[in-house]
Amino acid sequence: MDQTISVTVNGRSFERSVEPRLLLSDFLRHELGLTGTHVGCEHGVCGACTVLLDGVAVRSCLLFAVQTDGRDVATVEGLAGGPQALHPLQHGFWEKHGLQCGFCTPGILMSLVPFLEENPDPTEEEIRELLSGNICRCTGYQKIVEAVQLGARLIQEKSA
Amino acid sequence: MKPAAFSYHAPRTVDEALALLRNYGDEGKLLAGGQSLVPTMNFRLAQPTALIDLNGIDELFFIREDNDELRCGAMTRQREVERNGVVKRIAPLLHETMPHIAHAQIRNRGTIGGSLAHADPAAELPAVAVALDAQMYVRSVTDARWVAARDFYVGLFATAMLPEEMLVEVAFPQSRSGSGWAFEEVARQHGNYAMCGAAAVVGLDGKGAVENARLVYFSVGEGPVVADQAAALLVGEQPNAEAIRAAADTAASQDIDPVGDIHAGPAYRRHLAGVLGERVLTRACERAAGAEGQ
Repeated sequence: MDQTISVTVNGRSFERSVEPRLLLSDFLRHELGLTGTHVGCEHGVCGACTVLLDGVAVRSCLLFAVQTDGRDVATVEGLAGGPQALHPLQHGFWEKHGLQCGFCTPGILMSLVPFLEENPDPTEEEIRELLSGNICRCTGYQKIVEAVQLGARLIQEKSA
Repeated sequence: MKPAAFSYHAPRTVDEALALLRNYGDEGKLLAGGQSLVPTMNFRLAQPTALIDLNGIDELFFIREDNDELRCGAMTRQREVERNGVVKRIAPLLHETMPHIAHAQIRNRGTIGGSLAHADPAAELPAVAVALDAQMYVRSVTDARWVAARDFYVGLFATAMLPEEMLVEVAFPQSRSGSGWAFEEVARQHGNYAMCGAAAVVGLDGKGAVENARLVYFSVGEGPVVADQAAALLVGEQPNAEAIRAAADTAASQDIDPVGDIHAGPAYRRHLAGVLGERVLTRACERAAGAEGQ
Protein backbone atom coordinates (compact mmCIF):
# COMPACT_ATOMS: atom_id res chain seq x y z
CA MET A 1 0.00 0.00 0.00
CA ASP A 2 1.41 3.36 -1.01
CA GLN A 3 2.33 5.88 1.64
CA THR A 4 2.49 9.62 1.24
CA ILE A 5 5.80 11.18 2.19
CA SER A 6 6.96 14.75 2.39
CA VAL A 7 10.69 15.20 1.94
CA THR A 8 13.00 18.14 1.34
CA VAL A 9 15.59 17.54 -1.37
CA ASN A 10 18.25 20.19 -2.01
CA GLY A 11 16.10 22.74 -0.20
CA ARG A 12 12.92 22.05 -2.17
CA SER A 13 10.01 20.12 -0.66
CA PHE A 14 8.33 17.28 -2.46
CA GLU A 15 5.23 15.30 -1.60
CA ARG A 16 4.87 11.93 -3.26
CA SER A 17 2.96 8.72 -2.81
CA VAL A 18 5.39 5.79 -2.78
CA GLU A 19 5.48 2.04 -2.31
CA PRO A 20 7.33 1.16 0.93
CA ARG A 21 9.81 -0.99 -0.99
CA LEU A 22 10.97 1.92 -3.15
CA LEU A 23 14.62 2.60 -2.38
CA LEU A 24 15.66 6.20 -1.79
CA SER A 25 18.10 5.94 -4.72
CA ASP A 26 15.29 4.97 -7.08
CA PHE A 27 12.98 7.58 -5.59
CA LEU A 28 15.52 10.31 -6.31
CA ARG A 29 16.20 9.11 -9.84
CA HIS A 30 12.78 7.94 -11.05
CA GLU A 31 10.30 9.99 -9.04
CA LEU A 32 12.22 13.26 -8.80
CA GLY A 33 14.34 12.93 -11.96
CA LEU A 34 17.53 13.62 -9.99
CA THR A 35 19.75 11.21 -11.90
CA GLY A 36 22.98 12.65 -10.50
CA THR A 37 22.76 10.06 -7.73
CA HIS A 38 24.19 6.96 -9.39
CA VAL A 39 23.23 3.39 -8.68
CA GLY A 40 26.10 0.93 -8.79
CA CYS A 41 26.05 -2.22 -6.69
CA GLU A 42 22.73 -1.68 -4.89
CA HIS A 43 23.97 -3.41 -1.78
CA GLY A 44 25.94 -0.72 -0.03
CA VAL A 45 29.43 -1.61 -1.19
CA CYS A 46 30.32 0.79 -4.01
CA GLY A 47 29.24 4.13 -2.55
CA ALA A 48 28.07 5.62 -5.87
CA CYS A 49 24.61 6.37 -4.44
CA THR A 50 25.85 8.25 -1.35
CA VAL A 51 23.66 11.23 -0.41
CA LEU A 52 23.25 13.31 2.72
CA LEU A 53 20.36 12.56 5.05
CA ASP A 54 20.00 15.43 7.52
CA GLY A 55 23.58 16.35 6.65
CA VAL A 56 25.03 12.87 7.20
CA ALA A 57 26.51 10.77 4.37
CA VAL A 58 24.53 7.56 3.84
CA ARG A 59 23.93 4.96 1.12
CA SER A 60 20.66 5.82 -0.61
CA CYS A 61 20.35 2.22 -1.89
CA LEU A 62 20.08 1.01 1.72
CA LEU A 63 17.28 3.37 2.70
CA PHE A 64 13.64 3.24 1.77
CA ALA A 65 12.08 6.45 0.53
CA VAL A 66 9.39 6.15 3.22
CA GLN A 67 12.12 6.49 5.84
CA THR A 68 12.89 10.03 4.65
CA ASP A 69 9.41 11.35 5.44
CA GLY A 70 9.91 14.72 7.12
CA ARG A 71 13.66 14.63 6.58
CA ASP A 72 16.19 16.60 4.60
CA VAL A 73 18.09 15.00 1.70
CA ALA A 74 20.97 16.56 -0.23
CA THR A 75 22.21 15.19 -3.57
CA VAL A 76 25.03 16.12 -5.91
CA GLU A 77 22.65 18.36 -7.89
CA GLY A 78 22.60 20.74 -4.94
CA LEU A 79 26.35 21.28 -4.78
CA ALA A 80 27.02 23.71 -7.63
CA GLY A 81 25.50 27.17 -7.75
CA GLY A 82 25.08 26.75 -11.52
CA PRO A 83 27.01 25.58 -14.61
CA GLN A 84 29.54 28.38 -14.12
CA ALA A 85 29.64 28.15 -10.34
CA LEU A 86 31.09 24.79 -9.36
CA HIS A 87 31.42 23.89 -5.70
CA PRO A 88 35.11 24.31 -4.72
CA LEU A 89 35.35 20.55 -4.30
CA GLN A 90 33.99 20.01 -7.83
CA HIS A 91 36.51 22.55 -9.04
CA GLY A 92 39.26 20.49 -7.39
CA PHE A 93 38.08 17.36 -9.22
CA TRP A 94 37.93 19.25 -12.51
CA GLU A 95 41.36 20.82 -12.10
CA LYS A 96 43.15 17.66 -10.91
CA HIS A 97 41.40 15.15 -13.20
CA GLY A 98 39.78 13.47 -10.22
CA LEU A 99 37.50 11.48 -12.52
CA GLN A 100 37.54 9.62 -15.79
CA CYS A 101 34.15 8.03 -16.44
CA GLY A 102 32.59 9.94 -13.54
CA PHE A 103 30.25 7.20 -12.40
CA CYS A 104 31.59 7.15 -8.84
CA THR A 105 32.04 10.93 -8.59
CA PRO A 106 28.64 11.99 -7.18
CA GLY A 107 28.94 9.53 -4.30
CA ILE A 108 32.52 10.58 -3.61
CA LEU A 109 31.58 14.26 -3.57
CA MET A 110 28.68 13.66 -1.20
CA SER A 111 30.90 11.61 1.12
CA LEU A 112 33.50 14.38 1.12
CA VAL A 113 31.30 17.41 1.77
CA PRO A 114 30.50 16.59 5.42
CA PHE A 115 33.97 15.05 5.89
CA LEU A 116 35.69 18.31 4.94
CA GLU A 117 33.31 20.36 7.06
CA GLU A 118 34.42 18.38 10.10
CA ASN A 119 38.01 18.03 9.02
CA PRO A 120 38.96 20.99 6.78
CA ASP A 121 42.64 20.05 6.48
CA PRO A 122 42.80 16.25 6.36
CA THR A 123 45.96 14.20 5.97
CA GLU A 124 46.37 11.98 2.92
CA GLU A 125 45.80 8.95 5.15
CA GLU A 126 42.52 10.36 6.43
CA ILE A 127 41.42 11.11 2.86
CA ARG A 128 42.26 7.58 1.75
CA GLU A 129 40.43 6.06 4.70
CA LEU A 130 37.32 8.10 3.86
CA LEU A 131 37.62 7.12 0.17
CA SER A 132 37.72 3.43 1.16
CA GLY A 133 33.92 3.68 1.26
CA ASN A 134 33.73 4.60 -2.42
CA ILE A 135 34.87 2.39 -5.28
CA CYS A 136 36.48 3.96 -8.36
CA ARG A 137 37.65 1.65 -11.15
CA CYS A 138 39.26 4.28 -13.39
CA THR A 139 41.66 6.49 -11.53
CA GLY A 140 43.56 4.32 -9.06
CA TYR A 141 42.54 7.01 -6.53
CA GLN A 142 45.77 9.01 -6.85
CA LYS A 143 44.09 11.81 -8.82
CA ILE A 144 41.10 11.73 -6.49
CA VAL A 145 43.33 12.26 -3.47
CA GLU A 146 44.97 15.24 -5.22
CA ALA A 147 41.54 16.58 -6.15
CA VAL A 148 40.39 16.37 -2.54
CA GLN A 149 43.52 18.15 -1.33
CA LEU A 150 42.96 20.97 -3.81
CA GLY A 151 39.23 21.07 -3.03
CA ALA A 152 39.95 21.32 0.69
CA ARG A 153 42.32 24.23 0.03
CA LEU A 154 39.78 26.00 -2.19
CA ILE A 155 37.06 25.61 0.44
CA GLN A 156 39.34 27.13 3.06
CA GLU A 157 40.31 30.01 0.76
CA LYS A 158 36.67 30.68 -0.01
CA SER A 159 35.69 30.81 3.65
CA ALA A 160 38.78 32.84 4.63
CA MET B 1 17.87 -6.01 -7.48
CA LYS B 2 14.79 -4.59 -5.83
CA PRO B 3 13.15 -5.73 -2.61
CA ALA B 4 9.95 -7.75 -2.70
CA ALA B 5 6.84 -5.98 -1.45
CA PHE B 6 6.25 -5.70 2.30
CA SER B 7 4.03 -3.79 4.67
CA TYR B 8 5.85 -0.97 6.42
CA HIS B 9 5.38 -0.12 10.09
CA ALA B 10 7.00 2.76 11.94
CA PRO B 11 6.27 2.33 15.66
CA ARG B 12 7.14 5.20 18.01
CA THR B 13 7.70 3.12 21.16
CA VAL B 14 9.32 -0.20 22.08
CA ASP B 15 5.94 -1.50 23.26
CA GLU B 16 4.41 -0.81 19.86
CA ALA B 17 7.33 -2.51 18.11
CA LEU B 18 7.06 -5.59 20.36
CA ALA B 19 3.33 -5.86 19.69
CA LEU B 20 3.99 -5.75 15.95
CA LEU B 21 6.75 -8.33 16.32
CA ARG B 22 4.46 -10.70 18.21
CA ASN B 23 1.81 -10.18 15.58
CA TYR B 24 4.08 -11.00 12.63
CA GLY B 25 6.47 -13.49 14.27
CA ASP B 26 8.90 -14.97 11.77
CA GLU B 27 7.23 -13.08 8.92
CA GLY B 28 8.24 -9.75 10.37
CA LYS B 29 11.68 -8.21 10.34
CA LEU B 30 13.02 -5.44 12.57
CA LEU B 31 14.75 -2.71 10.58
CA ALA B 32 17.56 -1.03 12.50
CA GLY B 33 20.29 0.67 10.43
CA GLY B 34 19.51 -1.58 7.47
CA GLN B 35 23.14 -1.89 6.42
CA SER B 36 22.91 -5.71 6.41
CA LEU B 37 19.16 -6.30 6.12
CA VAL B 38 18.49 -4.04 3.14
CA PRO B 39 21.24 -5.61 0.97
CA THR B 40 19.74 -9.05 1.60
CA MET B 41 16.30 -7.64 0.74
CA ASN B 42 17.70 -6.03 -2.43
CA PHE B 43 19.01 -9.46 -3.43
CA ARG B 44 15.67 -10.94 -2.33
CA LEU B 45 17.50 -13.33 -0.03
CA ALA B 46 15.21 -11.89 2.65
CA GLN B 47 11.56 -11.28 1.80
CA PRO B 48 9.82 -10.27 5.02
CA THR B 49 6.06 -9.80 4.93
CA ALA B 50 6.33 -6.87 7.29
CA LEU B 51 9.12 -4.45 8.04
CA ILE B 52 9.10 -2.92 11.52
CA ASP B 53 11.24 0.22 11.32
CA LEU B 54 12.85 1.08 14.67
CA ASN B 55 14.33 4.37 13.50
CA GLY B 56 11.47 6.42 14.96
CA ILE B 57 11.75 4.99 18.50
CA ASP B 58 13.54 7.73 20.44
CA GLU B 59 13.91 5.63 23.61
CA LEU B 60 16.32 3.27 21.77
CA PHE B 61 18.88 6.01 21.05
CA PHE B 62 21.11 6.65 24.06
CA ILE B 63 24.54 6.23 25.58
CA ARG B 64 24.84 6.64 29.34
CA GLU B 65 26.85 5.66 32.35
CA ASP B 66 24.99 3.72 34.98
CA ASN B 67 26.63 2.17 38.07
CA ASP B 68 30.03 2.05 36.38
CA GLU B 69 28.49 0.40 33.35
CA LEU B 70 28.20 1.68 29.82
CA ARG B 71 24.61 1.41 28.60
CA CYS B 72 23.82 1.75 24.91
CA GLY B 73 20.34 1.81 23.43
CA ALA B 74 20.07 -0.70 20.60
CA MET B 75 19.52 1.97 17.93
CA THR B 76 22.56 4.05 18.84
CA ARG B 77 24.42 4.69 15.59
CA GLN B 78 27.85 3.11 15.33
CA ARG B 79 29.28 6.51 14.44
CA GLU B 80 27.94 7.89 17.74
CA VAL B 81 29.50 5.01 19.69
CA GLU B 82 32.79 5.68 17.88
CA ARG B 83 32.87 9.33 18.94
CA ASN B 84 31.37 9.18 22.41
CA GLY B 85 33.62 10.10 25.35
CA VAL B 86 31.79 7.88 27.85
CA VAL B 87 32.41 4.87 25.59
CA LYS B 88 36.10 5.74 25.36
CA ARG B 89 36.42 5.98 29.14
CA ILE B 90 34.37 2.97 30.25
CA ALA B 91 34.88 0.58 27.34
CA PRO B 92 38.14 1.55 25.60
CA LEU B 93 38.22 -1.76 23.70
CA LEU B 94 34.86 -0.93 22.14
CA HIS B 95 36.15 2.54 21.29
CA GLU B 96 39.26 1.08 19.65
CA THR B 97 37.14 -1.32 17.59
CA MET B 98 34.61 1.09 16.10
CA PRO B 99 36.68 2.60 13.26
CA HIS B 100 37.28 -0.92 11.91
CA ILE B 101 33.58 -1.50 11.29
CA ALA B 102 32.86 -1.00 7.59
CA HIS B 103 33.12 2.57 6.29
CA ALA B 104 32.15 5.89 7.84
CA GLN B 105 29.11 6.12 5.53
CA ILE B 106 27.93 2.72 6.83
CA ARG B 107 28.62 3.55 10.49
CA ASN B 108 26.59 6.74 10.07
CA ARG B 109 23.53 4.58 9.67
CA GLY B 110 24.47 1.21 11.18
CA THR B 111 23.52 0.62 14.82
CA ILE B 112 25.19 -1.18 17.70
CA GLY B 113 22.11 -3.28 18.42
CA GLY B 114 21.54 -4.14 14.79
CA SER B 115 25.02 -5.53 14.40
CA LEU B 116 24.90 -7.41 17.72
CA ALA B 117 21.53 -8.98 16.91
CA HIS B 118 22.41 -9.81 13.29
CA ALA B 119 25.17 -12.13 14.58
CA ASP B 120 27.26 -12.05 11.44
CA PRO B 121 30.27 -14.31 12.11
CA ALA B 122 32.52 -11.77 10.37
CA ALA B 123 31.29 -8.81 12.43
CA GLU B 124 33.46 -7.10 15.02
CA LEU B 125 30.86 -6.12 17.62
CA PRO B 126 29.66 -9.60 18.69
CA ALA B 127 33.26 -10.67 19.40
CA VAL B 128 33.97 -7.49 21.35
CA ALA B 129 30.74 -7.89 23.32
CA VAL B 130 31.84 -11.40 24.31
CA ALA B 131 35.36 -10.22 25.16
CA LEU B 132 33.93 -7.52 27.44
CA ASP B 133 31.28 -9.73 29.10
CA ALA B 134 28.55 -7.46 27.81
CA GLN B 135 24.96 -8.13 28.82
CA MET B 136 22.11 -7.98 26.32
CA TYR B 137 18.73 -6.73 27.45
CA VAL B 138 16.07 -8.56 25.49
CA ARG B 139 12.34 -7.86 25.60
CA SER B 140 9.13 -9.32 24.27
CA VAL B 141 5.52 -8.32 24.95
CA THR B 142 5.41 -10.69 27.93
CA ASP B 143 9.00 -10.98 29.08
CA ALA B 144 12.22 -9.09 29.70
CA ARG B 145 15.60 -10.65 30.45
CA TRP B 146 19.34 -10.05 30.45
CA VAL B 147 21.46 -12.48 28.43
CA ALA B 148 25.24 -12.66 28.74
CA ALA B 149 26.94 -12.03 25.40
CA ARG B 150 28.65 -15.39 25.61
CA ASP B 151 25.26 -17.14 25.82
CA PHE B 152 23.67 -14.82 23.26
CA TYR B 153 25.51 -16.26 20.23
CA VAL B 154 24.38 -19.78 19.43
CA GLY B 155 25.38 -20.29 15.80
CA LEU B 156 25.61 -18.86 12.32
CA PHE B 157 23.51 -15.68 12.26
CA ALA B 158 21.71 -17.15 15.26
CA THR B 159 21.13 -15.75 18.74
CA ALA B 160 19.36 -16.92 21.89
CA MET B 161 16.48 -14.54 21.14
CA LEU B 162 13.03 -15.95 20.37
CA PRO B 163 11.18 -14.71 17.26
CA GLU B 164 9.04 -12.34 19.35
CA GLU B 165 12.03 -10.94 21.25
CA MET B 166 13.99 -7.81 20.48
CA LEU B 167 17.36 -6.52 21.68
CA VAL B 168 16.69 -3.14 23.29
CA GLU B 169 19.87 -2.34 25.21
CA VAL B 170 23.41 -3.53 25.80
CA ALA B 171 25.48 -3.02 28.94
CA PHE B 172 29.28 -3.09 29.01
CA PRO B 173 31.00 -3.36 32.40
CA GLN B 174 33.65 -0.79 33.21
CA SER B 175 37.15 -1.74 32.17
CA ARG B 176 38.76 -2.95 35.41
CA SER B 177 41.78 -1.15 36.77
CA GLY B 178 44.89 -3.20 36.10
CA SER B 179 43.44 -4.69 32.96
CA GLY B 180 44.49 -4.14 29.37
CA TRP B 181 42.77 -4.64 26.06
CA ALA B 182 43.49 -4.71 22.31
CA PHE B 183 41.76 -5.22 18.99
CA GLU B 184 43.19 -6.17 15.59
CA GLU B 185 41.85 -7.41 12.28
CA VAL B 186 43.13 -8.14 8.80
CA ALA B 187 41.03 -7.18 5.79
CA ARG B 188 42.09 -6.80 2.16
CA GLN B 189 40.90 -3.20 2.25
CA HIS B 190 40.02 -0.97 5.18
CA GLY B 191 36.33 -1.36 5.87
CA ASN B 192 35.91 -4.72 4.18
CA TYR B 193 34.89 -7.74 6.20
CA ALA B 194 37.96 -9.05 7.97
CA MET B 195 39.43 -12.43 7.06
CA CYS B 196 40.28 -12.79 10.73
CA GLY B 197 40.05 -10.52 13.75
CA ALA B 198 40.78 -10.78 17.45
CA ALA B 199 39.98 -8.95 20.67
CA ALA B 200 41.78 -9.52 23.96
CA VAL B 201 41.24 -8.46 27.56
CA VAL B 202 43.96 -9.30 30.11
CA GLY B 203 44.21 -8.61 33.84
CA LEU B 204 47.48 -8.84 35.80
CA ASP B 205 47.89 -9.56 39.51
CA GLY B 206 50.11 -7.62 41.95
CA LYS B 207 53.16 -9.64 40.90
CA GLY B 208 52.68 -8.93 37.24
CA ALA B 209 51.42 -12.42 36.39
CA VAL B 210 48.33 -12.95 34.27
CA GLU B 211 45.30 -13.19 36.54
CA ASN B 212 42.66 -13.46 33.86
CA ALA B 213 42.69 -13.45 30.09
CA ARG B 214 40.13 -13.59 27.34
CA LEU B 215 40.88 -13.89 23.66
CA VAL B 216 37.96 -13.82 21.22
CA TYR B 217 38.13 -14.29 17.46
CA PHE B 218 35.72 -13.48 14.66
CA SER B 219 35.51 -14.54 11.03
CA VAL B 220 36.96 -17.94 11.92
CA GLY B 221 33.79 -19.78 12.97
CA GLU B 222 30.01 -19.60 13.14
CA GLY B 223 30.10 -16.69 15.57
CA PRO B 224 32.49 -15.21 18.11
CA VAL B 225 35.01 -17.92 19.05
CA VAL B 226 36.42 -17.78 22.58
CA ALA B 227 39.96 -19.16 22.77
CA ASP B 228 39.58 -20.83 26.16
CA GLN B 229 42.60 -23.13 25.91
CA ALA B 230 44.86 -20.23 25.01
CA ALA B 231 43.56 -18.21 27.95
CA ALA B 232 44.02 -21.13 30.36
CA LEU B 233 47.61 -21.49 29.21
CA LEU B 234 48.33 -17.84 29.93
CA VAL B 235 46.74 -17.52 33.37
CA GLY B 236 49.35 -17.64 36.14
CA GLU B 237 52.20 -16.95 33.73
CA GLN B 238 54.39 -13.89 33.48
CA PRO B 239 53.26 -12.26 30.23
CA ASN B 240 56.54 -12.57 28.36
CA ALA B 241 56.94 -13.12 24.63
CA GLU B 242 57.28 -16.91 24.92
CA ALA B 243 54.16 -17.36 27.03
CA ILE B 244 52.14 -15.12 24.72
CA ARG B 245 53.40 -16.90 21.61
CA ALA B 246 52.53 -20.29 23.11
CA ALA B 247 49.02 -19.06 23.92
CA ALA B 248 48.51 -17.61 20.44
CA ASP B 249 49.77 -20.83 18.83
CA THR B 250 47.32 -22.83 20.93
CA ALA B 251 44.50 -20.50 19.93
CA ALA B 252 45.31 -20.87 16.24
CA SER B 253 45.78 -24.64 16.32
CA GLN B 254 43.33 -25.80 19.02
CA ASP B 255 40.68 -23.20 19.82
CA ILE B 256 39.49 -22.34 16.32
CA ASP B 257 38.34 -24.48 13.42
CA PRO B 258 38.01 -22.07 10.51
CA VAL B 259 36.47 -22.91 7.16
CA GLY B 260 37.66 -21.40 3.91
CA ASP B 261 35.84 -19.09 1.54
CA ILE B 262 36.80 -17.09 -1.55
CA HIS B 263 38.63 -14.55 0.62
CA ALA B 264 40.86 -16.85 2.66
CA GLY B 265 41.40 -20.59 3.14
CA PRO B 266 41.44 -22.31 6.53
CA ALA B 267 45.26 -22.49 6.69
CA TYR B 268 45.62 -18.77 6.05
CA ARG B 269 42.94 -17.98 8.63
CA ARG B 270 44.81 -20.08 11.19
CA HIS B 271 47.99 -18.23 10.32
CA LEU B 272 46.24 -14.88 10.80
CA ALA B 273 44.75 -16.07 14.10
CA GLY B 274 48.22 -16.86 15.40
CA VAL B 275 49.68 -13.52 14.35
CA LEU B 276 46.73 -11.45 15.52
CA GLY B 277 46.41 -13.42 18.76
CA GLU B 278 50.03 -12.69 19.57
CA ARG B 279 49.62 -9.00 18.75
CA VAL B 280 46.46 -8.40 20.77
CA LEU B 281 47.69 -10.37 23.78
CA THR B 282 51.00 -8.51 23.72
CA ARG B 283 49.34 -5.11 23.55
CA ALA B 284 46.72 -6.03 26.14
CA CYS B 285 49.45 -7.21 28.55
CA GLU B 286 51.49 -4.06 27.96
CA ARG B 287 48.47 -1.89 28.67
CA ALA B 288 47.65 -3.90 31.79
CA ALA B 289 51.23 -3.51 33.02
CA GLY B 290 51.07 0.23 32.29
CA ALA B 291 47.83 0.54 34.22
CA GLU B 292 49.37 -1.37 37.15
CA GLY B 293 52.37 0.92 37.24
CA GLN B 294 50.25 4.07 37.53
